[in-house]
Amino acid sequence: MTDRDDLTALLLQIGDDHLVLGHRLSEWCGHAPMLEEDLALPNMSLDLIGTARMCYSYAAEIEGGGRTEDYYAFFRDGTEFRHVIMAERPNGDFAHTILRQFFFAAYMNPFWRAMTESVDRQLAAHAGKAVKETAYHIRHSGEWVIRLGDGTEESACRMATALDDLAPYIGEMFETDETASRLIMAGVLPDPAPVRAAFEDTVAQTFAMATMPPFEMTAGISGGRSGRHTEVLGHLLAEMQQMQRAYPGLKW
Amino acid sequence: MIAEAVPDPELVVVTVGDLGIVRDIRTGVAGVEIDVTPTYSACPATLAIELAIETAVAAAGHEVRVRRVLEPAWTTDWITAQGREKLKAAGIAPPVPRSQQDDGGYFVRPEVACPRCESVDTVELAPFGATACKAQYRCRSCHEPFDYFKCL
Repeated sequence: MTDRDDLTALLLQIGDDHLVLGHRLSEWCGHAPMLEEDLALPNMSLDLIGTARMCYSYAAEIEGGGRTEDYYAFFRDGTEFRHVIMAERPNGDFAHTILRQFFFAAYMNPFWRAMTESVDRQLAAHAGKAVKETAYHIRHSGEWVIRLGDGTEESACRMATALDDLAPYIGEMFETDETASRLIMAGVLPDPAPVRAAFEDTVAQTFAMATMPPFEMTAGISGGRSGRHTEVLGHLLAEMQQMQRAYPGLKW
Repeated sequence: MIAEAVPDPELVVVTVGDLGIVRDIRTGVAGVEIDVTPTYSACPATLAIELAIETAVAAAGHEVRVRRVLEPAWTTDWITAQGREKLKAAGIAPPVPRSQQDDGGYFVRPEVACPRCESVDTVELAPFGATACKAQYRCRSCHEPFDYFKCL
């Protein structure tokens, strides 16, 4: 029997990763370097927000007390968010955004594949959808990594700069805290080692095609899982939550 | 029957029955219970589809409850032969079978046939399109652009 609090904590971690990164992606709408990307980035954002909604609805069901998915998205303050810090960092240029998306998808795809075997049937059911969506995200973002990494001097330079900026944030995705350890024991979460191996394999193969140097994960910045975030999160939430904070319960 | 005949709000040429998203219909003393599965996790049409089914069945005089089921996850392999024909007639290339898409690694593309001239000499213009389920292609034989219903 899985502990309710552990499951809720997990749902908020996954949900927050997806909502905050989904919001960042949505900021590109109308600003992307070309029309195709103006469709692609918000489309991926939509998939991410779909996963966040599933997590929040499920958490609301567990916690009860009349909470809805909107509570988690719009009525929590920054310190209550549990996403990895990479998700909240500003978009930077297109190379930065697309490399970040590639790293995230390269992790989430094997994660969801493993989650299809979770003892939690609701998460396993969602994993069946998410595994296909994230594979498509890897294809799209990975092709850009290859094209830019193996492109012109300028594009390769942008990709190298993006990698330098993002590298310290990657390790946080693979942190395992006590809650996660208990969920692994309970069979809710998968063994993290094969997921990490699949991530490293995807990154290694793609970077090789992009003629980029091999990626090595190092200890870096963390704290997001315990609610310690960077200054930019406040600005992001101010924009994302403004309508619901000003007019609580507002409906479309 | 009534439930399955409801058109998809974003792709009106096909019905929810054609898409294979109506998973089960049970009739009991309390009325009709209908299981519907979403296509994409954030397809904006999900709620609209559920409401449309409820409205149509209620209008036919039945007590109705629509249940959202996530498992098994929807796949484009469930689109019926009739549904695929309707898509093609509307200029949308139907999805390739999953068996042709799987196990090729992340960067492979399926062979997509032009819905007008059947040529497989086609090229992807953009991997995302007007709805979550479509990509944009162009045929190099007849030169027409077309939508491709992505394999999921």
